[in-house]
Amino acid sequence: MNAEAVATTRNDKAIFGFWVYIMTDCILFATLFATYAVLRNNVAHGPAGHDIFNMPYVLTETLLLLTSSFTCGLMILASRMGKLKQVLLWLGVTFALGLAFVTMEITEFTHLVGDGHGWDTSAFLSSFFTLVGTHGLHISVGLLWILVMGAFLLRKGLNQHTTRRLEMFSIFWHFLDVVWVFIFTIVFLMGVA
Amino acid sequence: MENTRPMRLLGSYISGFVLSILLTLAAYFAVTQHSYTGTMLVTVIIALAIAQVLVQLFFFLHLGKETRPRWKLAVLLTMLIVLGILVFGSLWIMQNLNYHMSPDQMNSYMIQQNSAGF
Repeated sequence: MNAEAVATTRNDKAIFGFWVYIMTDCILFATLFATYAVLRNNVAHGPAGHDIFNMPYVLTETLLLLTSSFTCGLMILASRMGKLKQVLLWLGVTFALGLAFVTMEITEFTHLVGDGHGWDTSAFLSSFFTLVGTHGLHISVGLLWILVMGAFLLRKGLNQHTTRRLEMFSIFWHFLDVVWVFIFTIVFLMGVA
Repeated sequence: MENTRPMRLLGSYISGFVLSILLTLAAYFAVTQHSYTGTMLVTVIIALAIAQVLVQLFFFLHLGKETRPRWKLAVLLTMLIVLGILVFGSLWIMQNLNYHMSPDQMNSYMIQQNSAGF
């Protein structure tokens, strides 16, 4: 094998390793979903899901995240074509959409706690805040990751190391989108159904 | 050859995006417009969520494009088995406990636990 092929194989292995990490992260979310599913009716005289969920607001959050997943895909496309400026552009758009999502989520949490529906109100709200908050934390880490990658890209441009990190980031971001689909369906839609 | 691959990738992202938006809106309006009720509604939105995940896996994560041996798919399926045991096992066990413990028993148990302190 020539040097380039060796590097490609090494990158593929690293990306596969990252995929395995993502799969274990799915199991973490599965435990939180199981906890939520068990506790969702234990409202302890506090509010139930349909009392506190603002569905148009949640739909907006969902559309923001879905769009950010799409722009993340466009970033990968630009990276594979070796267009640095486009990579930075789509990375920036993904960051802005992700930031809007996290801001909306924090605002929602602040309102819930302000209205006296904090995580200490009932088992339902404890499991709700843990599940949705863990997803929000992942998104926040993803935003930090975008900033770090942006700095790397500006200094070093597109090489096999930076493109590998971009590929890994895209797996992470799409995976968070998949987790949100389940939060949207199981927590919010089934909560008001 | 070099030019067709990025175009195909772009097509995959665009169709994935359009499909995911449509599936999300379908699930949202199925709930808010009260088109279905009860078990039927839950079945419909779960089916839409599964369709949504398949769209994301194939159009965004390109799972179908993987060359053999399909290690990513193998790890994904293993994860799904663990996930299934975790989620359905938890629900099964907890429902069974609820079934075998009457509300009165539960209340006296909780009072006992509360008076014992944490």
